[in-house]
Amino acid sequence: MRPIEREATQAPDAPTLRQVRLVRGGVFAFNAGMSDPASPAADAAPSMDDLLVSVGRDRDRVAFAALFGHFAPRLKAYLRRLGADPVGCEELVQEAMLMVWRRADSFDPRQASASTWIFTIARNKRVDSLRREHRPEIDPDDPALVPDPAEAADRMIEAAQSTARLRDALRTLPPEQAELLHLAYFEDKPHSVIAVERGLPLGTVKSRLRLAMDRLRKALRDEQ
Amino acid sequence: MTLPRHHPGEALLLDYASGLLAEPVALAIATHLACCPACRHAVAEMEAVGGALLDGLEPEPVAPGSLEAVMARLDRVDARFAAPPARPSRPAATPLFPEPLRRYAGADGRTLRWTPMVPGMSCAVVPVGGAGRSGGTAAKARLMRMRGNLPMPRHTHAGVEITVVLDGGFRDELGAFARGDLSFGDASIDHQPVADPEGCLCLSVTVGPLRLTGAVGRFLNPFLSF
Repeated sequence: MRPIEREATQAPDAPTLRQVRLVRGGVFAFNAGMSDPASPAADAAPSMDDLLVSVGRDRDRVAFAALFGHFAPRLKAYLRRLGADPVGCEELVQEAMLMVWRRADSFDPRQASASTWIFTIARNKRVDSLRREHRPEIDPDDPALVPDPAEAADRMIEAAQSTARLRDALRTLPPEQAELLHLAYFEDKPHSVIAVERGLPLGTVKSRLRLAMDRLRKALRDEQ
Repeated sequence: MTLPRHHPGEALLLDYASGLLAEPVALAIATHLACCPACRHAVAEMEAVGGALLDGLEPEPVAPGSLEAVMARLDRVDARFAAPPARPSRPAATPLFPEPLRRYAGADGRTLRWTPMVPGMSCAVVPVGGAGRSGGTAAKARLMRMRGNLPMPRHTHAGVEITVVLDGGFRDELGAFARGDLSFGDASIDHQPVADPEGCLCLSVTVGPLRLTGAVGRFLNPFLSF
């Protein structure tokens, strides 16, 4: 276990995954006999979704270490932007990753990507810890919930493809739209401060953000 | 079951998805979401964007030994959550209030302390932990109950008022509002809602003018009618 952990810490990205795979002899539990069509071929590096499924189903610590290598530095960047101090931030990242471990069995790759699922965990962690509030959320099993119409299930099936399209769309977003999108997700500053920092008229902010969201939504829905 | 026809709009949903709303405002949005599959889908898309953005963030190296520290805590986490606490048993009849409102106000708000305001109209404060605590947001959640056909006093809003209908309905210059419908009122809206004949029970969240919503909403009030 230990050499793998050290590698995951030092090299957080793809090389780590490859090394983890080699250590495991190229056979990940989630590739063995799984009929999930989203699973990669046995010779492909496991996706983050696969790793998270593996953590949830098999309590796979190697997969968890690989997830940590990829996501912990990004969670740190996220929490730092939203006001966590450098020391407290480390603890929050650890708590968020422990939450990932604890809740992984509720991850459903048909409904969301690993990045999306972990984003919601980090977001809620931030609300709990930095704002000292609770985050009110629906309960999908609530008898008082108005259920999804049947067609929603079809849309979910192609979650993996839509994630790839979304990434492409983000990469090709005009820089000024991308900047405002980051503002919307990663900054929690008073209006006046942001306005001064950006020096933009409200109308411009409004239209850029709307254009960005329209574009991303189309990518998600494959309407391009 | 009819679906809502009045929605929060893109900016508020985005602020909810990004986690920047004060708790009482988030409670109003989530209560609408429980009644509105379309807005739930919109929030899921916005969370997908959040996930892709998180993935694209420049990684900041975590402290050395961080992974080892977390790995060492996994067993403790497993031990602590080996037997997950039983979920509260579901009531036999479908409760009037959906989650997450039920957690704050009970199945129908009857257990809260109701105060008469004007004849035919009373209100009860919904205890929300975050009210007034987050950076000067003076947001407050209340339940309001109106007798059938009662016209409320004509009013406008110094800050923002978000109303979600829970039972019955009301009508104003913007149309008819029934269960799950969300009405957004600010200084630009001067209205006189009239309760439907069967009366109206709604969740009303008011936000002081200092800090209306999250980053986007503060910018984009006109965008809210999107």
